[in-house]
Amino acid sequence: MSVESLFPRLEALLPKVQKPIQYVGGELNSTVKDWDEATVRWALMYPDAYEVGLPNQGVQILYEILNELPETLAERTYAVWPDLERLMRAEGVPQFTVDAHRPVRAFDVLGLSFSTELGYTNMLTALDLAGIPLSAADRGPDDPIVLAGGHAAFNPEPIADFIDAAVLGDGEQIAIAISEVIREWKSEGEPGGRDGVLLRLAETGGVYVPRFYDVEYLPDGRIKRVVPNRSGVPSRVFKHTVMDLDEWPYPKKPLVPLAETVHERFSVEIFRGCTRGCRFCQAGMITRPVRERSITTIGAMVDNGIRESGFSEVGLLSLSSADHSEIGEVAKGLADRYEGSNVSLSLPSTRVDAFNIDLANEFSRNGRRSGLTFAPEGGSERMRKVINKMVSEEDLIRTVTTAYSQGWRQVKLYFMCGLPTEEDVDVLGIADLARKVIQAGREATGSRDVRCTVSIGGFVPKPHTPFQWAAQADHETVDRRLRELRNTLRNDKQYGKAIGMRYHDGKPSIVEGLLSRGDRRVGKIIQAVWEDGGRFDGWSEHFSYDRWMACAAKALDGEPVDVDWYTVREREEHEVLPWDHLDAGLDREWLWQDWQDAVNDVEVEDCRWTPCYDCGVCPTMGTEIQIGPTGRKLLPLTVVS
Amino acid sequence: MAQRLRVRYAKRGRLRFTSHRDISRAVERAVRRADIPVAFSAGFSPHPRISYAGAAPTGVASEAEYLEIAVTRPCRPQELRAALDASLPPGLDVLDVVEARAGSLADRLEGSLWEVRLPGADPAAAESAVKEFMTAGEVAVERLTKKGMRNFDARGAVASLTADQDDHVEGGPNQSCVILRMVVRHETPAVRPDDVLMGLRLVADFAPPSPPSVTRLAQGPLDASTGEPADPLEADRVGGDQ
Repeated sequence: MSVESLFPRLEALLPKVQKPIQYVGGELNSTVKDWDEATVRWALMYPDAYEVGLPNQGVQILYEILNELPETLAERTYAVWPDLERLMRAEGVPQFTVDAHRPVRAFDVLGLSFSTELGYTNMLTALDLAGIPLSAADRGPDDPIVLAGGHAAFNPEPIADFIDAAVLGDGEQIAIAISEVIREWKSEGEPGGRDGVLLRLAETGGVYVPRFYDVEYLPDGRIKRVVPNRSGVPSRVFKHTVMDLDEWPYPKKPLVPLAETVHERFSVEIFRGCTRGCRFCQAGMITRPVRERSITTIGAMVDNGIRESGFSEVGLLSLSSADHSEIGEVAKGLADRYEGSNVSLSLPSTRVDAFNIDLANEFSRNGRRSGLTFAPEGGSERMRKVINKMVSEEDLIRTVTTAYSQGWRQVKLYFMCGLPTEEDVDVLGIADLARKVIQAGREATGSRDVRCTVSIGGFVPKPHTPFQWAAQADHETVDRRLRELRNTLRNDKQYGKAIGMRYHDGKPSIVEGLLSRGDRRVGKIIQAVWEDGGRFDGWSEHFSYDRWMACAAKALDGEPVDVDWYTVREREEHEVLPWDHLDAGLDREWLWQDWQDAVNDVEVEDCRWTPCYDCGVCPTMGTEIQIGPTGRKLLPLTVVS
Repeated sequence: MAQRLRVRYAKRGRLRFTSHRDISRAVERAVRRADIPVAFSAGFSPHPRISYAGAAPTGVASEAEYLEIAVTRPCRPQELRAALDASLPPGLDVLDVVEARAGSLADRLEGSLWEVRLPGADPAAAESAVKEFMTAGEVAVERLTKKGMRNFDARGAVASLTADQDDHVEGGPNQSCVILRMVVRHETPAVRPDDVLMGLRLVADFAPPSPPSVTRLAQGPLDASTGEPADPLEADRVGGDQ
């Protein structure tokens, strides 16, 4: 059965919408394969606007890997803005892929990548526009398998009713494996129908099919247990870990959009995983262990990426890029190679030490020294012990002194507010730190032309972290502390003018907290919010806290639980958490011990440089730390004019 | 800077939805991929020295867009044409490259020839609306700009305007299609084809049933004998060894 392009019908709507270019596809390095020659067809969705979704590394990698398979094709789809959504509804144009403008419902799989929970309502818009029933239970043989991945999929329970399956962890190998299972099932005449293929996937232990598990509750609203409801389905589902990243040097053909996007650069992931052990950081917990790309693979990927894309900026991505065992050599090698070429290099995620300034100096050889960013995360020494961010005030002042004296004029500091055990004084400590930073800068430069910006985000406790048991701070407390901090900085005659403060109010964090640690009952809230018009919850101009609260009150009416129960309530050690049957490899007892250590200000080291402390991941997953140094060097292998 | 090259390119099909900013980013990347030795401006944040003249609006296709690119070592125009075209996405197609000689390119772009396809429109109504428009001395229209609603005359800049019928339409045998051809002088404020369409509605209540598809066929110095724009790169070719 061939599928017609929706483009002629879409084209008639495009003159009436904002930024129509985001819907037309045709990006450099995009791929359109023959529909009839493929057996397994994937629609990959990043459930946010094109400008955010297009640069997403996960989607680009899977798109390329799946399209390399002979019998598989993959196309991309993104959330359409409300102006186009209205027109599509009026004209009956369904959700489409941007590659060949095929209707999403015609595909075998709709794979969604959730970096954040705030994309859930956009998923419902896409399903509805596609003509796919919102509830997985209502889907038939003509509907795609709706598959969730990304970090939010480590607790997919709030969207359990809407998805057919979820995958935890690295997507490269499991996407190929899923494609193969579906190909076989189709070649055998689709035995067992939809449940047949879902069962085959579930039996592997690497794909979670929520429908095959029943959740039982206690009278007080806590979960009693989560059990498989049919034979062959394992009681636990495991995450996926790609070992040897040098074998997977994607993206090889980075997508280059015509529309402007949030990241206009070629990004190379220099390693995956992080064992710094910051207790608030879900990414650091669920992506263990550390697996580095070698310096030579990084060099080759950068060279290839610039040639293929024409981007002028290269970003070296990871959770803490300065921690790569050969980052000094990488920085120097790339800076040498591209010196004088108008190719600029950037290193997000920086840590607080002087070595980092050396790296920044290398990367700024081609440009100016404007701003440096550090993330102490906690405002007081005690707070940083609680979150295991091992940065002392002395470290920070020494580092910024070096930065200012080497020509950097602006330092940006990231913090969180609402952390476990936090008191007012911990947040006001941010002001003290900022003042000391400015003082150090003025002394180091002999000039008043130094600035510091503090940027503060609300803390949200996440599943699979030591803080998964913690009470989230209520938004009144967060807002009050931020207000006091702002007043303190404003009233500071000596330093206040040199210090900027960026922050958001605490309400969106409560919704994020609800979606992060929610269970299946939260699905009703998501659907109610969507039905009430909720879209693009990650965008402050679209987000409505009041709508979420009103819909939650209605949806949870008659349940023994409410929004506070999900967010500001501390959990007991043995309470069954909604994601306990989903295994990121972390030993639950170790997480609990780490939570106790947090409350007692006890720090834990990084297992890359100290003995294993038994977090559980490597033995459970059969993985190991893969780091250098390799001792190899980067050669200036190309001349870029 | 060793040389300046003038490039004519087309913006076709779905790529007509690119904005001017989208195109300039795409060209900068293509220049880098094609290893073209583009010159950079001096200063704190150097920019590639590529300038654009008279870009067509977002949503409008064009067979005649122009840009000028400065390079640090001499390039053969035909080689640059091929390399740049291969590095741009299909739909942004490089048609012609010449080495710049004296004179400003922008100054030569006096007017444009536009084709406006109106599927499903009534040919007789179109013809009489055109007649009415052309006999009017002034047709005041308004358009929403970034500075708010602006009122201006859409008639004065229109040098010629005709309506024809196209019998070979993809939409099927019963689907008629009116084709408007117009030569519009580049004046300030700029008059675009959609302003002329609005003028047709105002003078004769002529409103096409579906969105118009607009293409710029040419822009350049207005030729007194034909009344249409001539090739603006001709002056660079004279005496050149292309």
